[in-house]
Amino acid sequence: MSPANYVYLAALLFTIGAAGVLLRRNAIVVFMCVELMLNAANLTLIAFSRMHGNLDGQIMAFFVMVVAAAEVVVGLAIIVMLYRSRHSASVDDANLMKL
Amino acid sequence: MNPTQLAVAATSTGEAVQFWVLGTVAVLGGLGTVLIRRAVHSALCLAGTMIILAMFYLANGAYFLGVVQIVVYTGAVMMLFLFVLMLVGVSAADSLKETLKGQRWLAACCALGLGILLITGIGQASVGSFTGLGAANAGGNVPALAELLFTKYVVAFEVIGALLTVAAVGATLLTHRERVEKSKSQREQAEERVRAGKQLPPLPAPGVYARHNAVDRPGLLPDGTPAESSVSHTLRSRGQIREVSAEQMASLAALEQRTAEYHGQPSPRRGPAEPSRRAIERARPQDAGEEPADGDGGRDSEREEAAK
Repeated sequence: MSPANYVYLAALLFTIGAAGVLLRRNAIVVFMCVELMLNAANLTLIAFSRMHGNLDGQIMAFFVMVVAAAEVVVGLAIIVMLYRSRHSASVDDANLMKL
Repeated sequence: MNPTQLAVAATSTGEAVQFWVLGTVAVLGGLGTVLIRRAVHSALCLAGTMIILAMFYLANGAYFLGVVQIVVYTGAVMMLFLFVLMLVGVSAADSLKETLKGQRWLAACCALGLGILLITGIGQASVGSFTGLGAANAGGNVPALAELLFTKYVVAFEVIGALLTVAAVGATLLTHRERVEKSKSQREQAEERVRAGKQLPPLPAPGVYARHNAVDRPGLLPDGTPAESSVSHTLRSRGQIREVSAEQMASLAALEQRTAEYHGQPSPRRGPAEPSRRAIERARPQDAGEEPADGDGGRDSEREEAAK
């Protein structure tokens, strides 16, 4: 099996995630699609790490995971706040910075 | 070279089979995340995809990251997503109404274009074969990662620690709500209650004294009508209340009629469910002296009928 297969799979997952970000309206689902894209990027980093035989790729993937965790925490807090002020989690309703 | 190092260096048939089976499931999970309308189902699909990605990490020699993927992503991040979903309302399915005309098709075209771009880009690149992590993981994956993390990437590590702290504080700040008005004291609450004209003493107890004491029997008022406030609203809306007054009224009316027949008098016609003060008063032997005899007479006539 060619090592490129992992990269192809990651590209496919990244594309699916991007399509989800563009298509979906629910802010939480949009967020989940962003997570899918980050995971696809992690898969390429880990496949490249094995391809080149050093661990720098894995360290990068580790950092991506930490940043994704921080991003999820802040993003979900923003979604909860938006829901409190607008009573909807749809991205269409959040068209103003301030009510 | 030990077997795990060998497995990391070469791609076996087993790994190819694993890749095709799990890769298909991962893509299906990703498609499910995007296409399923219920947000909870999307989250479950995404969790499945993440677990499969963790297996790919393990197959690629990233043992530490594979475990971290399951613990942090599937365990913590997806649970956080589900918590917020439950908080925001699970039933809120996506609306199908298009707010921008043709946006869906344009978005799908853009995604397709991105996919073609990425895949042809990978096709152009010369991806050789795996060097393998056998040498890098020789002393174990976790010690090797730790050595790299605390020497070459130590500054990035510190910065990321600060980032996590800032994120935690930020999330707390964002979701924190300051209480604007003062909370009411007990006295103020009591005064409000009196002013609103609500029921001040405790509500009447359910059950009919000495006959029923279940909570689904409304207590009877002096005129024989059930006291509405003596049973819970929940039971009433479920239709689980057993009204005692109607059957009691009916039995009283029957008794009265039999008594009247025994004495040869015309019986007063009474509806069986109609509650009446007189019937209640007659049912109490201690209230009226002549009534017990009537009641006994009624029972005697019953016994005579049974004997015949």
